[in-house]
Amino acid sequence: MDRLVDLAQMLRSKNSGPFLITLDVFFSEEAVYRRVVDSGVISEANILKLYHLDASDLCGIYFFDAALGIKITYHRAVSSGTCGDRDVYGAQQHAPLMELLIP
Amino acid sequence: MKREVKVLSPCGILGYGFPDASFAAGLADSPDAIVVDAGSTDAGPHKLGAKTAIVSRRAAKKDLVRIILGGWSLKIPVIIGSAGGSGGKTHIEWTMGIIAEILKENPDVQPKTAIIFSDIPNEVILAKLGEGKVRCLDAKVLPLDAKILSETTGVVAQMGVEPILRVMEAGADLIVCGRAYDPSPFAAIGIHAGFDPALSYHLGKVLECGALCCNPGTTKDCMMGVLYEDCFEVYPCDPKRKCTTLSVAAHTFYEKDHPYILHGPGIAMDLSGCSFTQLTGNRVRVGGSKLAATDPYTIKLEGARKVAYRTFVVAGVRDPILISQIEEVEALVTESVCEQYRDIDKSDYTINFLNYGKNAVMGSLEPTPVPGHELCVVFEVLAKSQELSAAICSSVRSTFMHYGYEGRKSTAGNLAFPFAPSDVEFGAVYEFSVYHLMEIDDPVSLFGWQWWRP
Repeated sequence: MDRLVDLAQMLRSKNSGPFLITLDVFFSEEAVYRRVVDSGVISEANILKLYHLDASDLCGIYFFDAALGIKITYHRAVSSGTCGDRDVYGAQQHAPLMELLIP
Repeated sequence: MKREVKVLSPCGILGYGFPDASFAAGLADSPDAIVVDAGSTDAGPHKLGAKTAIVSRRAAKKDLVRIILGGWSLKIPVIIGSAGGSGGKTHIEWTMGIIAEILKENPDVQPKTAIIFSDIPNEVILAKLGEGKVRCLDAKVLPLDAKILSETTGVVAQMGVEPILRVMEAGADLIVCGRAYDPSPFAAIGIHAGFDPALSYHLGKVLECGALCCNPGTTKDCMMGVLYEDCFEVYPCDPKRKCTTLSVAAHTFYEKDHPYILHGPGIAMDLSGCSFTQLTGNRVRVGGSKLAATDPYTIKLEGARKVAYRTFVVAGVRDPILISQIEEVEALVTESVCEQYRDIDKSDYTINFLNYGKNAVMGSLEPTPVPGHELCVVFEVLAKSQELSAAICSSVRSTFMHYGYEGRKSTAGNLAFPFAPSDVEFGAVYEFSVYHLMEIDDPVSLFGWQWWRP
């Protein structure tokens, strides 16, 4: 088992507009990307659990083979920069994803 | 038609700065235009709502003077997107004040200057709402009606390339755009010169953040983009950076909800069939971008309204006995303060604590809420008025400072304040109250323009 952070070349979070956060994971080798995709760990069930989301909060999980990248987009609990927000740019919401274990 | 057109992007946001050497190298490379994006909603709703700028006036002037003089020296057009950060009329006026100063200090520089406005009157939005032609974007629910619009400090819409092309055709050398879809001002250069709109927009998407698509990436350095008939190429102006296929492909993902479908004013880009090829040195070639016009043509509306006033305090906690029960103590402090203000309705204010070093960044999502040996506690009071938030925050601070929690040994004080005074009266807090798509018939008419002279 390896942690996702140790397999990825780039792993980040950021706002996609003020109402969504998007997580990006990129790999430098196709074999590693394939291993992660085929492991099934980046699944709807796991992401909902990891980010305490309802199914309706998740906009999508996308595997983009051409760029060896995975994108996960979800609704923010609080829109950017208003009362109750903790991360205006959404730039530090990726840490839980780093710890996912990939067989 | 020219065989190629070259666009220089000095930095990711006007006012973020860029090295003189990179910009000089960019100018020496004979660009056909300089385009810079000044806008972002990243910093939250406050800039738009309160009509303030993202960068300081000093920082904006430092960049603008170099860009305007650089464009003038080569006799090439300069386009500024989303002036002042949010692109409203006040933001444009702020930008024009700086430009007026620059032109006064450089009397030989006399660009033919045009402004394109992007403020959308409430009547227009209400009429479209009545026709069912406005829908919320991204948010699960975001109601919009006459009352919410009246509380909103002004609505702007993101323009496509069409309003910019009209002004280019009129012969402007310097174009200051109100709110624009970030890639639009870049795409306008390519489309004006007769190049493929899909490649022109995709190039704009890559260039709008400056050298962020490089390795190492930054918004504070210059990038060059070259459009050809069937592809485009990008490379940094600074030799210490490099474009790689990964860095450019990754940038296509950046800040977008979907990896390869990107929506803009009247367009949807499909980048699923793109190829990224490493050329010699620091250069990457991109091809295969696709674009389709959408029907109906929609524009994105943005607006913000005031929702509360804030006062906050930053404090440190080093006592391990307090750290071990920090949340319980904060709840007791809140209870005590509410008791002290029994005369005030509890719905008129909110007290929040952020415990940095434990779980402040992620809150309940934090997988490992294990405190460090010291915590930074930020507490805030949100209230209906600045006066009320300051008064209650002052009581939270004094109550917390001296609260006699269970097992306390340090009876002299609970908080280490880094600053005196400790309480910061922040001012108004805003929220995005308008973030909607509106169907329009004509991509140009809502974006009025005018010539401008200092």
